[in-house]
Amino acid sequence: MKGIFLASVTALAISASIAQAADIKPAVVYDQAGKFDKSFNEGVYNGIKRYTADTSIQVREFEPKNEAQVEQGLRRLAKRGYSPIVAVGFSMTSAVEKVAKDFPNIHFSIIDGVIDLPNVQSIVFKEQEGSFLVGALAAMKSTTHTVGFVGGMDIPLIRRFGCGYEQGAKYITADATVIQNMTGSTGAAFNDPTKGSELAKSQFSQGADVVFAAAGGTGIGVYQAAKDSGKLAIGVDSNQNHIQPGTMLTSMVKRVDQAAYNAYEAAQTGTWKPGFMVLGLAEGGVDWALDDNNANLITDDMKAKMKDISAKIVSGDIKVHDYMSDNTCNY
Amino acid sequence: MFETLILMLDATLRVSTPLILAALAGLYAERSGIVDIGLEGKILGSAFAAAAGAAVYGSAWIGLCFGILASVGLAMIHGFACITHRGDHIVSGVAINTVVAGLTVTLGLDWFSMGGQTPALSGDARFTDITLPFADALASVPVIGQIYSNLLSGHNILVYLAFAMVPVTYWVIYKTRFGLRLRAVGENPQAVDTAGISVAFIRYRALIICGILCGIAGAYLSTAHNAGFLKDMSAGKGYMALAALIFGKWRPVPVLLACLLFGFLDAVAVRLQGVELPGIGEVPVQAIEVLPYVLTVLLLAGFIGKAVGPKAVGRPYVKERE
Repeated sequence: MKGIFLASVTALAISASIAQAADIKPAVVYDQAGKFDKSFNEGVYNGIKRYTADTSIQVREFEPKNEAQVEQGLRRLAKRGYSPIVAVGFSMTSAVEKVAKDFPNIHFSIIDGVIDLPNVQSIVFKEQEGSFLVGALAAMKSTTHTVGFVGGMDIPLIRRFGCGYEQGAKYITADATVIQNMTGSTGAAFNDPTKGSELAKSQFSQGADVVFAAAGGTGIGVYQAAKDSGKLAIGVDSNQNHIQPGTMLTSMVKRVDQAAYNAYEAAQTGTWKPGFMVLGLAEGGVDWALDDNNANLITDDMKAKMKDISAKIVSGDIKVHDYMSDNTCNY
Repeated sequence: MFETLILMLDATLRVSTPLILAALAGLYAERSGIVDIGLEGKILGSAFAAAAGAAVYGSAWIGLCFGILASVGLAMIHGFACITHRGDHIVSGVAINTVVAGLTVTLGLDWFSMGGQTPALSGDARFTDITLPFADALASVPVIGQIYSNLLSGHNILVYLAFAMVPVTYWVIYKTRFGLRLRAVGENPQAVDTAGISVAFIRYRALIICGILCGIAGAYLSTAHNAGFLKDMSAGKGYMALAALIFGKWRPVPVLLACLLFGFLDAVAVRLQGVELPGIGEVPVQAIEVLPYVLTVLLLAGFIGKAVGPKAVGRPYVKERE
């Protein structure tokens, strides 16, 4: 009797391990803005949705409620054998680093963060290139030669958006004024639409007629303010043109969805590699969005100019300065 | 310069509206002897209910009704715990804040499947700005015209309502029989009871008014100032209102001034960012963010003096022979 029981347990264990080898157990940890921030996290979520639809592999999701939960969540997922774990956002860098050291067999992919460990893949984007593009478009559209930028949390990564945007605007109009504001200095700055709306209104009253928000959920308030004041706004991370059709000039698209999708796919086919991946305009990692919602705002002339600028950035004729390379932006 | 000042004051009015409403709500509650740290939760709950109602029925007014209902409901729970069952006011208030923070997102997920947000509101589902009569005609008149057409005109009705509530509150608290009893209940409930007036009933009525005002504050956040509910969108406004209440020593007009000061500092913070100040250079964001709090501490310590609340606040009333 005991022998039969043991045999069946062993058989069960074997079949379970076979099932695991065929499948992967992917997981994702969103940042505090939540997975429906209509921006960065939602981009990742869209990639995951697509991945699940394509492969019917479920991705375990975790949304931390506060900073302390990030590490706990990562640790719990790692302990249960989830791999690869995609961590969304720079704010998780230190948590991922700690957990990755403790679980060397689990693979981690961090978006927007850089960690040098043999089991971590760091995916970063050349936000300055995408921001340069939308900055140029903003300057083409602006009649006041004044454009605005609303950042979320005041960190070098967000400054990089602002710096690229400023360069782009000044590439088109050399004496353009670029008003830059940051929402705050904590993670909550990515989820404060009221402040975003006030910042945008303040910029409009200073003459800006196009405002670019790189601020997660705070951006919703910026877009609403633009609509209420009859001005234009530019979205960020995912294509946000649909949020306020008609007053969204464009969106600076960061293909975080593709990044997450690729990480899972690579893990499934066994080609997942640690190290750094830098996705720029040339790699299709960043771009500006054109769809039905903003088609009326963009003339053919503007389209042609944008194409020209894109080509020049890819070929290296236009060098976009990266704020994070020396923490300065003098334009 | 003058124009900048006008625009800053304009922003001040927008930002301080929810603070004024919530602080007046707190005033009624605390003057009757109920500590209400649950202002935050009531604002958030009402913001959600108002946005949800406005999204479903397409009318901001229906949304406002839902917001007020939700907020009054929460106030009644607070009353049931603190008045009827003589519970600890702080514990009950914190419980309301915590429950609402979770419940709004959970219900939002279930009803709208948009990650705890409500659909974006537009048209009639929002309170739109009202242009006061002759505002356009007077716009070109220097100073007075600008003050009238840029500063006073062009706000939504809830902003005007909030400011109108200040004299109304003053009148109710100081000039009516109900107000006298309300203040007496907060100072010396035994005396009121001896006069044959129900302490519990007065306190419940105070909480209903508190709920209505918080309901308007919440509806303002989600259906007037913004267009839709976002999780934790009250962002500490309830606590700020409580601070303004203490700052203003539980009196309607000083409370209004305290709220305006907080709002003004917020508007200044928005405006000063990234601006080069002569002799100082560009001020870092962090320094500007901390400004309202530093000023509050300085003003409280240096100029306002001791703030003494109603004597019986936070103490459940127990009849002596029962």
